[in-house]
Amino acid sequence: MTVDSTLPAPAIVEVEPGHSLWQDAWARLRKNRLAVASGVLLLVMACACLIGPIFSQDYAEQNLSTYATPPSAEHWLGTDTAGRDLLSRILIGGRVSFSVGLCATAVALLIGVTYGTIAGFYGGRVDMVMMRIVDIIYAFPFTIFVILLMSLFGRNFLLLFAAIGAVEWLTMARIVRGQVLTLRRMEFIEAAIATGVPRRRIILRHLIPNVLGPIIVYTTLTIPAIMLLEAFLSFLGLGVPPPMASWGVLIDDGRKVMEEFWWLITFPGLALSLTLFALNFLGDGLRDALDPKASKD
Amino acid sequence: MLKFIANRVAQTLAVLFVVGTITFFLVRLAPGSPFDQERNMSPDVRRNMEEYYGFDKPLLVQYYRYFSGIILRGDFGPSYKYTNRTVTELIAESLPISVELGLYGMAIAISIGVVAGVVASLRPNTVTDYVPMSLSMVGITLPTFVSGPVLLLVFGIYLRWFSVSGWSEAEDKVLPAITLGLYYAAYFARLSRGGMLEVMSQDYIRTARAKGASETRIVFRHALRGGLLPAISFFGPALAGIISGSFTVETIFQIPGLGRYFVTAASNRDYTMIMGTVVLFAALICVFNMLVDIVLAWLNPRLRLE
Amino acid sequence: MPLLEVENLRVAFHTRNGIVRAVNDVSFSLEKGGTLGVVGESGSGKSVTGYAMMGLIPQPPGRIEGGRAIFGGVDLLHASKAELNAIRGRKIAMIFQDPMTSLNPFMRVGDQIMEPLRIHGKITSDAARKKALDALAEVGVQDPSARLLAYPHELSGGMRQRVMIAMALITNPALLIADEPTTALDVTVQAQVLELIRKMQQNHGTAVIFITHDLGVVSGFCDQVQVMYAGRIVESASVSDIFERPLHPYNRALQKSIPAFQPKGRDLYTIPGAPPDLSRPIAGCSFAPRCEFATDACRKGDLTLTEVAPAHGTSCRRVQRGEITLD
Repeated sequence: MTVDSTLPAPAIVEVEPGHSLWQDAWARLRKNRLAVASGVLLLVMACACLIGPIFSQDYAEQNLSTYATPPSAEHWLGTDTAGRDLLSRILIGGRVSFSVGLCATAVALLIGVTYGTIAGFYGGRVDMVMMRIVDIIYAFPFTIFVILLMSLFGRNFLLLFAAIGAVEWLTMARIVRGQVLTLRRMEFIEAAIATGVPRRRIILRHLIPNVLGPIIVYTTLTIPAIMLLEAFLSFLGLGVPPPMASWGVLIDDGRKVMEEFWWLITFPGLALSLTLFALNFLGDGLRDALDPKASKD
Repeated sequence: MLKFIANRVAQTLAVLFVVGTITFFLVRLAPGSPFDQERNMSPDVRRNMEEYYGFDKPLLVQYYRYFSGIILRGDFGPSYKYTNRTVTELIAESLPISVELGLYGMAIAISIGVVAGVVASLRPNTVTDYVPMSLSMVGITLPTFVSGPVLLLVFGIYLRWFSVSGWSEAEDKVLPAITLGLYYAAYFARLSRGGMLEVMSQDYIRTARAKGASETRIVFRHALRGGLLPAISFFGPALAGIISGSFTVETIFQIPGLGRYFVTAASNRDYTMIMGTVVLFAALICVFNMLVDIVLAWLNPRLRLE
Repeated sequence: MPLLEVENLRVAFHTRNGIVRAVNDVSFSLEKGGTLGVVGESGSGKSVTGYAMMGLIPQPPGRIEGGRAIFGGVDLLHASKAELNAIRGRKIAMIFQDPMTSLNPFMRVGDQIMEPLRIHGKITSDAARKKALDALAEVGVQDPSARLLAYPHELSGGMRQRVMIAMALITNPALLIADEPTTALDVTVQAQVLELIRKMQQNHGTAVIFITHDLGVVSGFCDQVQVMYAGRIVESASVSDIFERPLHPYNRALQKSIPAFQPKGRDLYTIPGAPPDLSRPIAGCSFAPRCEFATDACRKGDLTLTEVAPAHGTSCRRVQRGEITLD
């Protein structure tokens, strides 16, 4: 539930959206085979989760004649103890896991970027107060809090997004604030202020584009952290409500019967781990691509 | 330095107070009551129970009673689910088990992680760097609730090297401790490697070389202190992570620790048990974070003055 | 026999963007107690030359491609790690450009000053402490016993460079390599530190290689001077000859571009163009593209540093052939 703390220094690009920086980054990213492979793997996974379940309708149908059969030609990854096709369950579970990951990241992104930009842009006392608040919230044992929330208010899909998103925005706010604070002191921002460009425009046109790099990198690293947290909650029986299934739920179900039916834990675990693996590598690759300085050796 | 410590202590107390208060009101405002699941409870009995536990009093009175009990008498109140038992008793019974597990996990995480990270950093981009670092990447993407069952399946069920559940013999403790430790070992490895690489490229390492210091001396006397700062600052988050990791590990290996009690309490709405564990975990994490900050300040002379 | 004899030193850095030939065929020698100034702009290879003597070239990406550097019968370029460690800090010491980052921020100043003593031989703490106190007093640090316990960040820039000097000289080395020791300091402090190095050199009879980009600093400090450009020595002479009878167009151009060396009112000379990219092979003289005397012949063939006057070498072939004279 923690994310690697080394993040790129502010990427300083020209006032106009610097084409070359993004093109350079793209070229560097393409050279990084692991990152490309990760990206492709993620795309394939996402497409499979999106399209796959359309063709196989039996994910929720219980069928005792196919009680826990091992992988076969008919059921590629076997069936579970309710006779349901495991592959379809994993694909459906993937939808849930990915959407929790993406939606909660969006929540974290929105709060974190807004908060961090305001703190960094206005600086001074505003910044001090806002960041002190972040520091204090940071000290909260948050995983425990999310568990508490989920257990008290029931297994609610929306609450899950909100709870996880509310935890993960803090780091984003810190990073964005640091970047904006550095940029704020750069001449081209001073020049924009001096020539009377409205604040809104400065923030949207000059600041945000310049902190986009770190935001993208951190977002890529936040998604796996959130998917992990969701899986963790589901594993404790506090995630998405049944009959929905996320990967965490499948892992928890599989664990209970793994002594007899190894495939029920192995494949959902593999799906989750591979996704986390790919997201982390892609994040690392993006960091290297967007900030070549940080990866000299 | 004293002022710094005083500040941190004050901040920690403030956070603890806020955590306690929020938890208290969250628990009370949440729908449902601990007696919901006991269906055949008559309204009279229920009223008596609520009176007995003080639920009929105003919230603020309950709040005052609860916290004065903890602070003055170390009394976390009675458990609503485990009748006739107090939360303090339950905690006293299960906490030592969790602490032991956590210590093993932390020891594995730090020893394996820091050694692997430092070794990797000494010859960057060679085999001794790639191997531990690839393993650590795998470690980071393998959460405890995946690695735990896998380890259990392979070493407990197929190979039968270790037992799969319980917490009495030494052999019971191997798999849970490894499961808990490996994930954070991976983090420690990455942080130590990064920190060491950063420090080894500093000018003062070159100065030490110019003095004729041997490689061993450079690593141990000059580099480690600065290079391990990132790993040390991760002690706080690692403890928080190991506590939440203990929820899953204790569930997987059926260990009667506090983590498992907390998970059951959360789904049973055992108010006082939830409160007790949250406040306790929060206190543990906050106090530990504070200690880590103080150690960091002590290790880093530049911070010491501020 | 000279104290240090360097022959045909070649250093290259193998980077992603190609092989950068930082030092090419550099040869020089230094007598006991002598002072040698190595002058050049950034990227001329002057610091790399100094680092090569100390085995401080980071490898990879750096590589010693050839040459010898004989010091006390040992070839510093091919010595084993153990041999090198026995020499570094004891017989050859080095001080660096930025005293801010060159001292370990986590270690007390005293421990850092005493470290060379502890590394090179057994010494009691008391004896080491006493030596450190003397060394600090000698470099003009006030209240040395309190400073021993200080951390680097508690000292000013000039004070830190004094500490570096005390640390370097505490083992009484035969040779001190000073890599731009005054560049990062305020002008007033620069003069003090220079004066201090000179004084220490006289007191201890230490030979000094003084690496700098500042011709002015060299003029008051060194006996011998060699001017480097694009990884090569282009001119080598006594300090008076370097200034009074420049025999390489680059040296002359450098002097013409220093305000203090020019009469008031005259326009300063600026050298056109920029130093060459060392990752590309250079045919002929590397200064030719910027040189007002260059002919097509200058852009071909090999260069050698040849003496055209007693103890005065230049790599300019037109000067060697007597085709041009520099004022």
